[in-house]
Amino acid sequence: MKIVVCLKRVPDTTAKIKPAADGRTVDPQGVEFIISPYDEIALEKAVQLKEAGTATQVTVLCLGPANATKELRKAMAIGADDAVLLTEDRDFRDPAATAEVLAAALTELAPDVVFCGWKAIDNDSATVAGMIAARLDFAYASFVVGIEGVEGQNALRVRREVEGTEEQVLVPAPCVLTAQRGLAEPRFASLKGIMKAKRKPLETKAPADAENASDLVALQPPPPRAAGRILGEGAAGVPELVRVLRDDLGVL
Amino acid sequence: MAYESPDFYGVDELLTEDELLVRDSVRGWVEERIVPDVAEHFKAGVFPLELAREAGELGLLGASLEGYGCAGMGDVVYGLICQELERGDSGIRSFCSVQGSLVMYPIHAFGSEEQKQKWLPQLAAGTAIGCFGLTEPDFGSDPGGMITTAKPTDDGWVMNGAKMWITNGTLADVAVVWAKTPDGIRGFLVEKGTPGYTTNDIDGKWSLRASVTSELVFDDCHLPKDAILPKSVGLKNALMCLNSARFGIAWGAIGAAQACYDEALTHAKTRIIYGKPIGRFQMIQHKLVEMLTEITKAQLLALRLGRLKESGKLHHTQVSMAKRNNVAMALECARTTRDILGASGITDEYVCGRHMANLESVITYEGTHDIHMLIVGMEITGLNALGNE
Ligand SMILES: Cc1cc2nc3c(=O)[nH]c(=O)nc-3n(C[C@H](O)[C@H](O)[C@H](O)COP(=O)(O)OP(=O)(O)OC[C@H]3O[C@@H](n4cnc5c(N)ncnc54)[C@H](O)[C@@H]3O)c2cc1C
Repeated sequence: MKIVVCLKRVPDTTAKIKPAADGRTVDPQGVEFIISPYDEIALEKAVQLKEAGTATQVTVLCLGPANATKELRKAMAIGADDAVLLTEDRDFRDPAATAEVLAAALTELAPDVVFCGWKAIDNDSATVAGMIAARLDFAYASFVVGIEGVEGQNALRVRREVEGTEEQVLVPAPCVLTAQRGLAEPRFASLKGIMKAKRKPLETKAPADAENASDLVALQPPPPRAAGRILGEGAAGVPELVRVLRDDLGVL
Repeated sequence: MAYESPDFYGVDELLTEDELLVRDSVRGWVEERIVPDVAEHFKAGVFPLELAREAGELGLLGASLEGYGCAGMGDVVYGLICQELERGDSGIRSFCSVQGSLVMYPIHAFGSEEQKQKWLPQLAAGTAIGCFGLTEPDFGSDPGGMITTAKPTDDGWVMNGAKMWITNGTLADVAVVWAKTPDGIRGFLVEKGTPGYTTNDIDGKWSLRASVTSELVFDDCHLPKDAILPKSVGLKNALMCLNSARFGIAWGAIGAAQACYDEALTHAKTRIIYGKPIGRFQMIQHKLVEMLTEITKAQLLALRLGRLKESGKLHHTQVSMAKRNNVAMALECARTTRDILGASGITDEYVCGRHMANLESVITYEGTHDIHMLIVGMEITGLNALGNE
């Protein structure tokens, strides 16, 4: 079974995001970039499947800037066998065009299973994986929290998170799965892994042609929150708190 | 990743992709495995032994050595590992320095093939622990005066004497011990459990409490012939080990300083006095700027030191300058942070007090602050003020 994991390079969760001078893109100055956390969970699971002998090959695929090689090397240090970087040539690419170029690359890679995070934590669109499945006409299961095993001819029994419970679904390969927290606990890359990754193949190529279906107009920080008010400390503050809740806000 | 280090001069851009990958990986591990519990370990006075094996799995032990299960990465990588570990705690970094620079390095450089095969893979994996015995109760800055002896016998050696202030002493499966022989000072491998070899922990430390510090005693301790490190020919070999460890300390100190600076900056922005965050007072800004400036200088010093080492051009006096500067800088940052935090700074809820206490050891071990000054002083004047002529 061949697995391709789609990885996105995103600003660190703790990075302070500022719009760049163009008002549309993120100013990368002083921002650290990471593999989007759900993609990293997907990668970890794929590597575990390889270690367990279920998968034969794990390839990572990224549409991103030229310096996303760092995130791809990290993925190979964690255990992916090889990597493909589609070097991004635009400052904005919408989810439809993203899915289109990834699907084109995936057609060439011919995987049995495509693994994505359920969303990338920068744009939060959570649509790309589904669109890839539709374009490739692959089976699709989202919010996967467990992989129980392979049944019959290449069908995966997966556990999905659904409101208040979990369901088990049999997904025939080829398929697209999206990872949800709980599927796997990402490991830290070891120094030996990092050394090995230097010798693993990393192919860089241009993405296929694809039109944006929508355009990004502006990137704006949310309005600053109004300052809080301290009504008092400890028990001494309670009467004023009650008064404000009752008289000023009318919630009591 | 939850932690971003202060990097005012974009020093990260001077690092390679591999170096950044290692740095980030160690940083993530420190954040998850050291930062949450280390204050408790410090309070209890224990080294969290489970971390040794995890550090081994990550490849952090003897990372710059080639072969025998070691990662074989560059010197800057080793420095970055020390930096990240010491952001957690100097005691954890000390463990790693001793294991890598003071135990694995001499076995690698001066050991026989059998000694390397036997010890290096286990030490790299963290399944065996090592210690380094040079200092004695009466000989610290002047280790050449040591009184521990190893006398040749028909079938080996007999060792007598004592070593003091030995990191990892009671934990160690193997001790690299320096002793006087008829051919001068040589290194020996002494295994735990050898009759005549005992260890005791030093109690009552208020510094490096999350690290074990011990005394080693040799009382007619019989060692086999092959206990000697065959390629060790004098005290200079022990000093080569110390140079490697000091290199790591010059980097490690930056981590401790960064942890303190972060704490000071956060506090300065959130603590309200006279209706304003204290960061709006000029004197607080002055302190923060001084700290960040010194950290930035230390980063550049360490990185240049690393590149010199990688290109084989490093001189030991350059290591002395960096160890001396960076540790004193970190200690100053810890004290300044303690001051900025007011009363909060004296509790173990904050990191500055623990770093400050730890750095009081770091400024003394591996050559004291003043000894390094005299080493650099001798280099530039050609005049020896150490008193060991
Ligand atoms: C926590 C901890 C862990 C340690 N771990 C190890 C270890 O694993 N292995 C090991 O071998 N050792 C270890 N040491 C010992 C350490 O290396 C020594 O403490 C250090 O070398 C200083 O020696 P000393 O304590 O005997 O001080 P001394 O040499 O007695 O120095 C006392 C003071 O005199 C000053 N001084 C000494 N000579 C001169 C001079 N010529 N001119 C001017 N001033 C001078 C010093 O700067 C210092 O201020 C450790 C120490 C500590 C605190």
